[in-house]
Amino acid sequence: MDTATNTFKPPELHTDFEVRSTNQMCVNSSTLDKPIVSNLKFMFAGILFGVILVKSEVISWFRIQEMFRLQSFHMYGVIGSAVVIGIISVFIIKKFKIKTIDGEPIQFDKKKFSKGQIYGGLLFGIGWAMTGACPGPLFALIGNGATVIIVTLFSAIMGTWVYGFFRDKLPH
Amino acid sequence: MNFIEWIKQPWPWYVAGPLIGLMVPVLLILGNRMFGVSASLRHICAACVPMNISFFKYDWKKEMWNLFFVGGILLGGLITLLFLQNPDPVVIDTKLSTELAGYGVTNTEGLVPKELFNWNNVLSLKGFVLMIVGGFFVGFGTRYAGGCTSGHAIMGLSNLQLPSLIATCCFMLGGFFFANIVLPLILKLHF
Repeated sequence: MDTATNTFKPPELHTDFEVRSTNQMCVNSSTLDKPIVSNLKFMFAGILFGVILVKSEVISWFRIQEMFRLQSFHMYGVIGSAVVIGIISVFIIKKFKIKTIDGEPIQFDKKKFSKGQIYGGLLFGIGWAMTGACPGPLFALIGNGATVIIVTLFSAIMGTWVYGFFRDKLPH
Repeated sequence: MNFIEWIKQPWPWYVAGPLIGLMVPVLLILGNRMFGVSASLRHICAACVPMNISFFKYDWKKEMWNLFFVGGILLGGLITLLFLQNPDPVVIDTKLSTELAGYGVTNTEGLVPKELFNWNNVLSLKGFVLMIVGGFFVGFGTRYAGGCTSGHAIMGLSNLQLPSLIATCCFMLGGFFFANIVLPLILKLHF
């Protein structure tokens, strides 16, 4: 590739930097413009998820160490059975073209491979083993009274910010 | 044993796992949302300190549901603490407890080891690495990978996405490496 195309990026290259195309987790496929309070239902879903995370002890540093040392089946059972139920649910939604409660068709986006899944994945794995928590558990732990995890959450936000800052220079 | 006492016990994997799996269709049916948590950290950056960085210049208000979701997770943790908390220490594998005891970590009363994760420890080398460097890796790594355990390992695998399988394998590899090879060295530190 010659340097001229590198210094001036045509617009289509920039699509890679947009929220919706790069990041599955950011996809908000709903086109409906709804008031902010309509988000409360997601808060209730979050509450349910938070309770499950605490009660199953998957947010425990000890359980994460057991998982990475192959000393317990618990975490593998939780993630494995969650994936099985998830696969069945997605299959049913696609097969019967189930719609959202607002009557919109449910859409799935394909994830594109990038080297980030390898480099970032390895880095996150290390962080998971250090803190004993992935992002969901960080929130659940703080709510559950482990207030010092606020520091870890703040640091995770910093990490995300630094990634955003250096994103163009990192291999993807 | 009454219902509350029964539900206060730690939930086995075959109860918790399927319930977590059900978060996938619940969020899809509630409004076409893909199950995921780590993007919330990005939305917080976009809302608070976008600083003209292209990665944070988007309409984060449209992704507000995710902030409500993580707010809910925090509340769920609090509700459990108030009403459903298991009064007994976390039961851990004897091999792990023996090893940890060798490093002076014997308190399994909470979900996090109190000897390591506490406010007095934040600026000790051990605490700094586990809490602050660890948190940084979580935030940096999940965004670099485009998702975390929920977004890749659960949502992505549920939708049979190969990139998510690659990411999940890398999560595990990174964790195996750190937990078995590096962590013992850090736990040996006395400061």
